[in-house]
Amino acid sequence: MHADLSLTVDGRRHELTVDTRTTVLDALREHLDITSAKKGCDHGQCGACTVLLDGRRTLSCLSLAVAHDGSEVTTADGLGADGELHPLQEAFLAHDAYQCGYCTPGQICSAVGMLEEAAAGHPSVVTPDLSADLTAGVDLDRTEIAERMSGNLCRCGAYAHIVDAVDEVAHREVAR
Amino acid sequence: MTLTPHAMGTAVPRPEGPEKVRGRAPYAFEHPAAEPLYLFPVQAAIARGRVTAIDTSAADALDGVVLVLTPETAPRLSDAIDPDHGVLQSAQVHQHGQYVAAVVATTSETAREAAELVRVTYAQEPHVAALDEDSPELYGPDTLVTGAPSDDTRGDPDAALAQAAVTVRATYRTSMEHHQPMEPHTTVAVWEGGRLVVHEATQAVSWTRQTLAGAFGLAEDDVDVVAPHVGGGFGSKGGTHPNTVLTALVARAVPGRTVKYALTRQQMFDLVGYRPATIQHVALGADADGRLTAITHDVVEQSSRIQEFVEPTAAFSRGMYEADTRRTSHRVAPLDIGVPTYMRAPGEAPGSFGAECAMDELAVALGVDPIELRVRNEPEVDPEEGLPYSSRNLVACLRRGAELFDWSRRDPTPRSRLVDGWWHGSGVAAATFPVVRFPGSEARVRAARNGVAGNGSGAPRYVVEIAASDIGQGAWAALTAIAADALDVPVERIDLAIGDTAFGSASPAGGSSGTTSWGAAITEAAERFRDKYGDDPDDGDAADATTPDNPWAGEYAMHAYGAHFAEVAVHADTGEIRVPRMLGVFAAGRIVNPLTARSQFLGGMTMGLSAALHEESVLDDRFGHVVNRDLAGYHIATCADVGRMDVEWLDEDDPYVNPMGSKGIGEIGIVGAAAAIANAAHHATGVRVRSLPITLDAFL
Ligand code: FES
Ligand code: FES
Repeated sequence: MHADLSLTVDGRRHELTVDTRTTVLDALREHLDITSAKKGCDHGQCGACTVLLDGRRTLSCLSLAVAHDGSEVTTADGLGADGELHPLQEAFLAHDAYQCGYCTPGQICSAVGMLEEAAAGHPSVVTPDLSADLTAGVDLDRTEIAERMSGNLCRCGAYAHIVDAVDEVAHREVAR
Repeated sequence: MTLTPHAMGTAVPRPEGPEKVRGRAPYAFEHPAAEPLYLFPVQAAIARGRVTAIDTSAADALDGVVLVLTPETAPRLSDAIDPDHGVLQSAQVHQHGQYVAAVVATTSETAREAAELVRVTYAQEPHVAALDEDSPELYGPDTLVTGAPSDDTRGDPDAALAQAAVTVRATYRTSMEHHQPMEPHTTVAVWEGGRLVVHEATQAVSWTRQTLAGAFGLAEDDVDVVAPHVGGGFGSKGGTHPNTVLTALVARAVPGRTVKYALTRQQMFDLVGYRPATIQHVALGADADGRLTAITHDVVEQSSRIQEFVEPTAAFSRGMYEADTRRTSHRVAPLDIGVPTYMRAPGEAPGSFGAECAMDELAVALGVDPIELRVRNEPEVDPEEGLPYSSRNLVACLRRGAELFDWSRRDPTPRSRLVDGWWHGSGVAAATFPVVRFPGSEARVRAARNGVAGNGSGAPRYVVEIAASDIGQGAWAALTAIAADALDVPVERIDLAIGDTAFGSASPAGGSSGTTSWGAAITEAAERFRDKYGDDPDDGDAADATTPDNPWAGEYAMHAYGAHFAEVAVHADTGEIRVPRMLGVFAAGRIVNPLTARSQFLGGMTMGLSAALHEESVLDDRFGHVVNRDLAGYHIATCADVGRMDVEWLDEDDPYVNPMGSKGIGEIGIVGAAAAIANAAHHATGVRVRSLPITLDAFL
């Protein structure tokens, strides 16, 4: 069974016809040749396919395309303004927060979404005081960052550098 | 020759970095193809026996299915191939999950649906899939996978153990582990006019070409293998596995069409190798001063019945410490399971767990500091080969690590620091990895002046080509730096091209050998180039070279060394184990690119942490398959598992190893990391855990 739908990806609108079993990830990679989001497990267990779907970090391998007709998708390739790199991408380069790079676009999309969640006051399992007023945002120490980034596996083991990179941007953004 | 470093030793950014953080660097599956076909396999549901019938009618009838291949309909392969590569060549089944049929369809969804509709019937035969030390099938292999002898005995260690003032005898176990690079194994294959073109997730484009040419009876020139970017490998993408042969086989049946096959994460537990489980009997004997009089390291480990792979587990104990007598041995259990393969530091990683935990146990038994014990047993010359060392700075690594870790203030009494409900402790272990140089990498240097002749018309650029692979270790950056120094120009003037058999033959990204083997070839080609054309060449001037032999081979023993320190916290009530801090100090010759080298060391240490706390492929011996066959069941370290992790390296000037003065660093980071954690866990709790992974039940 097939369905017609539209997706706006990195600012460009696409019309496509897909099998109703097609995930957002496969719609991007197989139908639109947009391969920034990676397939690591196709199963919601690795985070390599993370994109921002209508602004929230989402595992695109667990999202059926037909359920997201009209949605906005941002991949790591669409994060920077005017072809520039996003500050998190710059920080990943500066800290060498990757090796093979396969998990990296997902890590970066996840970090972008995560910083917004923290700024909006979403607590995590390591947030010390859940009764505190978090509306001004959660202070992201390294433990918070590591916890909140743990849905994105990196077999190259770049975690220490990933936390460095996210930490730098988190605190730069707070200072701004 | 020895290079003068300019670019080497400075932080050279990865040239591919901006593309990688955008997700634009193409991995194998992302190679564009017009109307590709998708492959999905049918896998054996038994561990041993025969396929008696395959009913493909329902699959054939599905709209979008192009082809269903079975052993009866598949094209024939040459006979001169590894048993593991004979996909769809016979009805025999030798492992659970073996390919028994394959579907090709116009969409991935259809291919998968059709594969599920294929009905296979089997005649089952009894199988063995449990590693059992008492198995009558155990045998002594001739050699380890490295080519070294399986067994080696010097003196009479049993007599020395009987007379030793202090002895430690213990059995250590390590688990079957799977590499699980984040990019699944992938092949994109097309046959064009009798030639085979493959985009492959591989650490070794040349090896893949060789295997495919052999399997299909082609000249190597008729096979192209391309892999500019590879999403991790850790050994699993070193050798060629059945999936690659299968995809090329299926593509042969649909000439001109591109066939794509990426393994599912679950299939990654069946067919692309793993680190075999080991059982290690270690005995150490020492005199009252802590000098080793005997080391024995006797190993029983698993392999596959159809194809031998002998993990060189005890090899670590052959050269690490001085001892009057020594025995190392390996016995193999042939099982009806997939074929093991190299996984990051094959041998050293599991072997160091047994050996370095035993050293810690000996230190405790003697009442000697574990660092001091290692210092007392530092050899003058390499105990295995009897050669002097090109450089060996294990003691300096231990001392520097002790300083950074405040070791002198450590109270050695186990179970003596309880903080907020957590037992804390610290541990140390040593690491080593050999300097490996593979022969046969071809490098080519060519001047590019936009078609303009030489003589001062603007500075030339240099195209440097070699069929090397970058699986994340940083070959793009490191080889650029080496080429720049070899040509004595800034890195900006180098255009490196790798990952393509169009550039000739090259050895794999494996054995921590890449920088040595490829760098030596590039240096040689650059030297020939400069001899011939000087520093103002004409457009198109070119020179090539193949990895030269090391003139110092056989004169010196060449190894990198390191020391791991770990702090462990174990929850007093739940037994939960955490590793708040790790430190690795390494002496590995010149560090070619500090920016990416730190990532390699950290990556190795993180994988060591992962092996220490999480990794275990659970084989169900009733069926012969791995039960926890996805990333929810097979745990690897996540971001939250990693606490503070520091890396330092010592300056080491070694003129003997290669022109760069560098030693391989891709694997040493994992060697000894798990032992340091287990030793720290003992210091924290008084509980000696002798099997990996270390889970909370050990402390309850
Ligand atoms: S590919 Fe989506 S979570 Fe792994
Ligand atoms: S950089 Fe390779 S998996 Fe993260």
